[in-house]
Amino acid sequence: MFDSLSIHSVLHVLTVLLFPPLLLGVINRTKAMFGGRRGRPLLQTYFDLAKLLRKESVFSETTTWVFRFGPVVGLATALVAAMVVPLGHASAPLAFNGDVILFAYVLSLGRFFTMTAALDTGSAFEGMGAAREATFACLAEPVLFLGLLVLSRISSSLEMNALLGDAVARGWHASAAPLLLVAVCWFVVLLVENCRIPFDDPNTHLELTMIHEVMVLDHSGPAFGMIIYGAAIKLFVFVAMIVNLVLPFRTGNSLLDWIVFLLGTLFVAVLVGTVESVMARLKMAEIPKLLIGAGVVSLFAVILLLSYP
Amino acid sequence: MSNLLLDPGLVIALLLNFYILTVTSLKEVIYAVALQGALLGLLYPVAHTGFSMADRAGSLDAVTGVRLLGLTVAIVAIKGWLIPRFLLRAMRVADVRSSLTSTIGVIPPLLMGGIGTALAIVFARSLPMAEQHVSHLPIPAALATAVCGFLVLCTRREALGQVLGYIVLENGIFIFGLLLIEAVPIMVELGIVLDLFVGVFVMGIIFNHVSRAFPEASVEHLSNLKE
Amino acid sequence: MMLLLFLLPLAAAGLAFVMPSNRWRPWVLPVTGLAHMVVAGWVLAQGDQWALDRWIAVDPLSRLFIGFISVLFFVCSLYAPAYLRLRTERDNRVLCGCLLLALAMMSLVTLAHHLGLMWVAMEATTLATAPCIYFNHNPRSLEATWKYLVIGSVGIALALLGSFFLAYSMVQAGSESTLLVDELVRQSHKLSPSWLHAAFVLLLIGYGTKMGLAPMHTWKPDAYGEAPGLVGALLAGGLTSCAFLCVLRFYHLAHIAHDDQYLHGMLIFMGLLSMGAAALFMSNQRDIKRLLAYSSVEHMGMLVFGMGVGGAAAAGSLLHVVHNGLCKAALFLAAANIHRAYGTSAADQIQGVLKRVPWSGWLMLISFFAITGSPLFGPFVSEYQILCGAFATGHAVSGALFFVLLLLVFWGIGNTLIRCSLGPAESGEHAAGANEYRDNLPMVIPVVICVLLVFVLGVYTPPFLSTGVANALQFLQQIPDR
Repeated sequence: MFDSLSIHSVLHVLTVLLFPPLLLGVINRTKAMFGGRRGRPLLQTYFDLAKLLRKESVFSETTTWVFRFGPVVGLATALVAAMVVPLGHASAPLAFNGDVILFAYVLSLGRFFTMTAALDTGSAFEGMGAAREATFACLAEPVLFLGLLVLSRISSSLEMNALLGDAVARGWHASAAPLLLVAVCWFVVLLVENCRIPFDDPNTHLELTMIHEVMVLDHSGPAFGMIIYGAAIKLFVFVAMIVNLVLPFRTGNSLLDWIVFLLGTLFVAVLVGTVESVMARLKMAEIPKLLIGAGVVSLFAVILLLSYP
Repeated sequence: MSNLLLDPGLVIALLLNFYILTVTSLKEVIYAVALQGALLGLLYPVAHTGFSMADRAGSLDAVTGVRLLGLTVAIVAIKGWLIPRFLLRAMRVADVRSSLTSTIGVIPPLLMGGIGTALAIVFARSLPMAEQHVSHLPIPAALATAVCGFLVLCTRREALGQVLGYIVLENGIFIFGLLLIEAVPIMVELGIVLDLFVGVFVMGIIFNHVSRAFPEASVEHLSNLKE
Repeated sequence: MMLLLFLLPLAAAGLAFVMPSNRWRPWVLPVTGLAHMVVAGWVLAQGDQWALDRWIAVDPLSRLFIGFISVLFFVCSLYAPAYLRLRTERDNRVLCGCLLLALAMMSLVTLAHHLGLMWVAMEATTLATAPCIYFNHNPRSLEATWKYLVIGSVGIALALLGSFFLAYSMVQAGSESTLLVDELVRQSHKLSPSWLHAAFVLLLIGYGTKMGLAPMHTWKPDAYGEAPGLVGALLAGGLTSCAFLCVLRFYHLAHIAHDDQYLHGMLIFMGLLSMGAAALFMSNQRDIKRLLAYSSVEHMGMLVFGMGVGGAAAAGSLLHVVHNGLCKAALFLAAANIHRAYGTSAADQIQGVLKRVPWSGWLMLISFFAITGSPLFGPFVSEYQILCGAFATGHAVSGALFFVLLLLVFWGIGNTLIRCSLGPAESGEHAAGANEYRDNLPMVIPVVICVLLVFVLGVYTPPFLSTGVANALQFLQQIPDR
């Protein structure tokens, strides 16, 4: 038992460290296919990261330690969050009762440092990006929390392992509607938290329209690499949560479960790529509307769940 | 079995409420209201077979079946096709702005809709339920839809927006009617739907006059009469 | 035969819609009114009866209302041909047809013993009367019609929800769900109080909107102010009374369920609120038709107040339905004549009514004294009865408030009407829209009939009316028999 547990833990850590950049590659490849192009290699993000790590970071003289801290904390918090979320049937290595709170706040902490780093540059553009990020985060966070509330009510637990574990499968039998709503809302959160279309365009080149990218314009070299890497892990965390939510079924064979889970994450990545290909970016003013809509829907999910006797 | 179809249908109807509260494009609101109406019309036979089979413990006889089918078709046709078609025509003829505006912005009605839904569910829980009803969702869904219709009615400036709010309100009442299949005979049900249609029809005619008399057919022009 | 009460005006409406002559069409109204009155008389002479699986029935309560509405419609319809002769510039097809439709639907409301049918009929009256309000086809009447339609339809929709609540409470109590009034009343002791209370609130709001109780009265001044006086008379006298009948239907239920404390409190509150709101808005009202509309709000308040108090006051309320209706008809028709003469109903442009249109002016003034409860007239009798009932049942504070509000209303109407009545005749002669209208017999006689009836009822209550009220009251206290 101990052995299998530790094997799973090792696998968990390895997946978190190595797998996420592939998701970015899949998303890009999907978009390229929709556009009728061949697209970048699937492993391009790995190459980018390797290249950035070999380079030298340039820091502006006007910046302080806060600026250097941003990427480091961003990466570290993403990693911690990833250690809390179970992957498929394998429970998370860093699990304890109440880690839901840790999970949500660790993500906020990362965002806080990214934003302060952006503000530290003193650039108007980066400040603007930070302001937008803060606004949308305020609106996206309740959606995440309300979804967690639904799950914690179903599993009567505050531990991510239990929350996204077997209880979900039972939940789909008893109260499918709230779970479905949560899954949809979390997908919205995934898009907004990871700066995907229709909320933000990771490939845009116009600072005025950027949200996340504009905050990290002044980072370079390994620092920038850390940001990309952290973003990929964050994406992976959200994808993993959704896969846990919609594919809670276990085959019994742990290897098969791992494969199902990883295929699931790839599928969600393809889905993200599809959304990005078929949708246009929303107007800035429309974004809060959509997020609040998602918030109301998840609130509705909570109420719906409570209304079950 | 009916529960399996009824509950998701009602959840979709409730989600459509939120959609109707948020969206500003008049056309899309009309489509959403039509979809909601048609969906509820389709739930009518579902609720009917579900609730009355429990008592009668048998299959429907042919006559009831035909009447049921006829009524379902009538409801879906009126709510999902006739009324929206009529509203779209009114919109085109009157050449009104294609977007709805709200007196209190876009977000507040949505939040109020969410809170209203919550209150409706809390209120419904405080009322005693009948034991034989397998699903507990229709009553809160009815109240919540009525509340959302009322919100649309109160917050939209345009005359057509108010008509749409009224239809949503009626949809809410229709959901409650699903529980009372035996009490509301087919003739009365038909009468209610016809009343709704004639109501919308008369409103539409008056609306055409409004749009001819005032530019943009906004209710704000209708403020000559006051103390 | 009973069905004829409803089918006859329906057929007449069809006739009015197909009739080509704008000149002769209005005559369909009095002819139908007369026929309706004859049928109603015949039905009233029979005992209680049921038809269509007890969906429609004549019970003591229906008798009172159907008789009254029939008379009211006939008197008002006498006014129509002469009035529409003056308005030849407008096509009266829709007006005539819709008024007859409204009569059919009002008859159906009084007969309906099925909450769903009653609701459908009530909503149909809204739809039938809306085009009548828009008769003048100007922006103001358009606005009034829109408000009337939207507020009326929404209010009545809530009433439907309330009716459904009642039916559901039957299911919850383990009975077959039904909307038949008799069945509901018979089983009402079993129903869960929380459902009943929720239903009462919705029903009172719903039918209260149609009655024009404050704070749902906002459509009333607009609609009555812009509609032709004839339509105003029928709305204020007939339609609101029908809505009151709907209130009485579930009042009956509450009584049998021994759950009337809750409903009574609401009725007294709504009654006083309506009277207060009416008194407030009347004090500064500059339009005589709107003034009358607020008077209607006030009197609807009185009706529900009387029912809320119960006992002798309830009898007063039932009697007041008749008195108020006839008085309102007189007031609105007289106001319509004055409107014709001056081309406006704005009080500051109307002066010297007594000199310019003496008949209408005096009739208006007399009806004013009647409606505000001066002795010798019908409303005095019923209002006095309500007031006595209030004190007798220990509602001293409400009774006192009722009395004070009556005084305020007297001052409020009198202030405007008396100023209009007096003064030189010439003023307003050259105002836009003023025409050559002078009092003529066909347009004065209906008003005279109404005023005479009100006067007669003030000094002598005929036995058929007193027994009718007594029977209706007794009916409200007991479980209907099969």
